[in-house]
Amino acid sequence: MKKSSAMIPYLVWMAIFIIVPMLLVVYYAFTVTTPEGSTWSLDNFARFFEPIYLRVLWRSLALALVSTVICLLLGYPVAMIMAGNAFTRKNVLMLLFVVPMWMNFLLRTYAWLTILERNGFLNILLTRLGLPQINILYTSTAVVLGMVYNFLPFMVLPIYSVLSKIDKGVIEAAGDLGANAVQVFTRVIFPLSLPGVVSGITMVFMPALTTFVISRLLGGGQFTLIGNLIEQQFLVVGDWGFGSAISMVMIIFILLSMAIMSFFEGEDKEATLW
Amino acid sequence: MVKFLERCYVYLVFVFLYMPIAVLMAYSFNDSRSRGTWGGFTLRWYAELFQDRTIMTSLYYTLLIGVLASLIATIIGTMAALGIHNSRGWKKKLIMNITYIPVLNPDIVTAISLMILFVFAKVRLGFITLLLAHITFNIPYVILSVLPKLRQLNKHLYEAALDLGATPGQAFWKVIIPEIMPGIVTGMLLAFTLSIDDFVISFFTTGSGVSTLSITAYSMARRGINPKINALSTIMFVFVLVLLVIVNIRQEREQKKGRGGKNGAKSQSGGYSPEHSDPQFGTEWV
Repeated sequence: MKKSSAMIPYLVWMAIFIIVPMLLVVYYAFTVTTPEGSTWSLDNFARFFEPIYLRVLWRSLALALVSTVICLLLGYPVAMIMAGNAFTRKNVLMLLFVVPMWMNFLLRTYAWLTILERNGFLNILLTRLGLPQINILYTSTAVVLGMVYNFLPFMVLPIYSVLSKIDKGVIEAAGDLGANAVQVFTRVIFPLSLPGVVSGITMVFMPALTTFVISRLLGGGQFTLIGNLIEQQFLVVGDWGFGSAISMVMIIFILLSMAIMSFFEGEDKEATLW
Repeated sequence: MVKFLERCYVYLVFVFLYMPIAVLMAYSFNDSRSRGTWGGFTLRWYAELFQDRTIMTSLYYTLLIGVLASLIATIIGTMAALGIHNSRGWKKKLIMNITYIPVLNPDIVTAISLMILFVFAKVRLGFITLLLAHITFNIPYVILSVLPKLRQLNKHLYEAALDLGATPGQAFWKVIIPEIMPGIVTGMLLAFTLSIDDFVISFFTTGSGVSTLSITAYSMARRGINPKINALSTIMFVFVLVLLVIVNIRQEREQKKGRGGKNGAKSQSGGYSPEHSDPQFGTEWV
C-alpha cells in the first residue's frame, strides 16, 4: 500500500514532544544547579529519602493501596455478577457503568465536595433521618473515597472482560468433577480471571498514586501526596531538579507495573488493551 | 433469590456512581447560595454563567483547542497508522511502544515533561503550547482507533483497485480511505473528547490569560463551592455525553456491519464500546 513515509510527521512529532521531554526530565533529575553552573549529581534523589518526603511517598502508597484494595473488593463482585446471568442486557449495563467516567474527573471530584461538606447533601440527609452528622471532608477518608469513586470502573471493566470470556464448559467441568462453589471460584474462576485483576490493579493503583487533584480538592490545601509534591516543585517552588527526580521515581513505578502486567498477559497485550 | 441480591448489589454500586452527578446537577437549579436549603427551581446560575467573561473565554479556548488539536492529531495520527501498519519487526514494536507512552504515563508526568520542554526551548507558555500539548496526547488515541480498521482491511482490495485501472492515488483515496473512515472519525471524536476533558496537562502547559474550562473550574473549586460550577458541570456533562453517545452508536453500527459482512471480521475499533477493557483510561491518569 502506501510507503512508510506517511509516518515521518509522526516520528518527528514523537521525537520532539515525547522523547525529548522525557530526556529533559532525566537531565534535570540528575543535575544540580549551583551559582557556578550545573553539575551531574544524585542529590535530587538523595533528597527524596529525607523523612519528610518519605512520609509523603509512604502516605501516597498507603492511600493508593487502600483504594486499590477497596476497588477490588467492591469491583470483583460487580464484574462477576455482570458476567453471570443476573442481567440480560449486559451491553447497556456496561455502558451505564462507563457513563460516569465521561464526566470530567475534576467535576466528578468536585461533586463530592457538595456531598461531603459540613452543610452538604450527606449531612442534610443524615439530619433528616435523625442520625449524627459526619464530617470527613479534608481527611484521608475523603481522599480514599474520591479515589475509589473515580477509579472503580477501571477495576471492573478489565475483570469483566476477562470473566465474560471464560469458557462456561470449564466451570461446569469443575462442578462435574466434584468441586463445590467455593472451590470452583478459588481454583478455577479466580485464577483464570487473574490477568484482568492484575490489569485492574495497575489501572487503579497508578492513577491513585499520582493524583494531585483529588487530594487537593478533597484533602484540603495541606494534604500532600506525591502528585501534589510534583506540582509544588514545578509551579510553586520552582525546583525542577527535585520535581523531575520524583517524576522519574513515578516512571519507574509505571515501568514496573507494566512489566508485571505484560508478564501476566503474555503476548496478548495489544488485544487486551484495546 | 441469589439473582435478586446480585441485582441489588449492582444497583447499589450504580447509586454510588450516579449520586454525586445527580446531586451536582440538582444543585445547579437550586435558587439558594447556601447548600443547606432548597430555595426553589431557578436558572439563575445558568444565566450568570453565560454572563461570566472568564468562563466564556475559557469555553472559547476549550472548543478552539479541541477542534484544532483533534483535527491536526487526526491527520498526523492517520498517516502514522498507515505507516505503522506497513512496517514490520522491531521498528513496528518500537514505534508502538513509544505510542503507548503518553497513554500509559500518568498525566502529571506527561504534563511536566512538556512544560520543561517548552520552557527549555523558550516558547512562551500560552495558546500555542497548550495546542501542541493537546495534539501530542491526542495522536496515540487516533492511531489506536485507526489501526484496527487497517488490520480488518482486505489486503487484496488495493491490488484489485489497481487491477481495475485505478492509479495508486485513486486506489488510496477512493478505496482505502473510505474503508478506514469509521476508524478515523472515531479517533477524531475521541481526540476531541479527551481534549475538552483534559485538566492536568492543560494546567501545566498553559500560560497566563489562556485557560480552559477545566482550569477555570479548578480555580473556582479551590475557593470553595460555587453554584456556577454546578451549572457548568451540568452543561459539560450533557455535551460530552451527547458526543460519546454518537461515537458509540457509530461503533455499534460498524459492528453490526462487520457481523453481517462476508468475512465476519469482529470489529475491534478502539474506543468506547463496553466490551473493551479500558475505555478512556488515558484521561484518568491524574
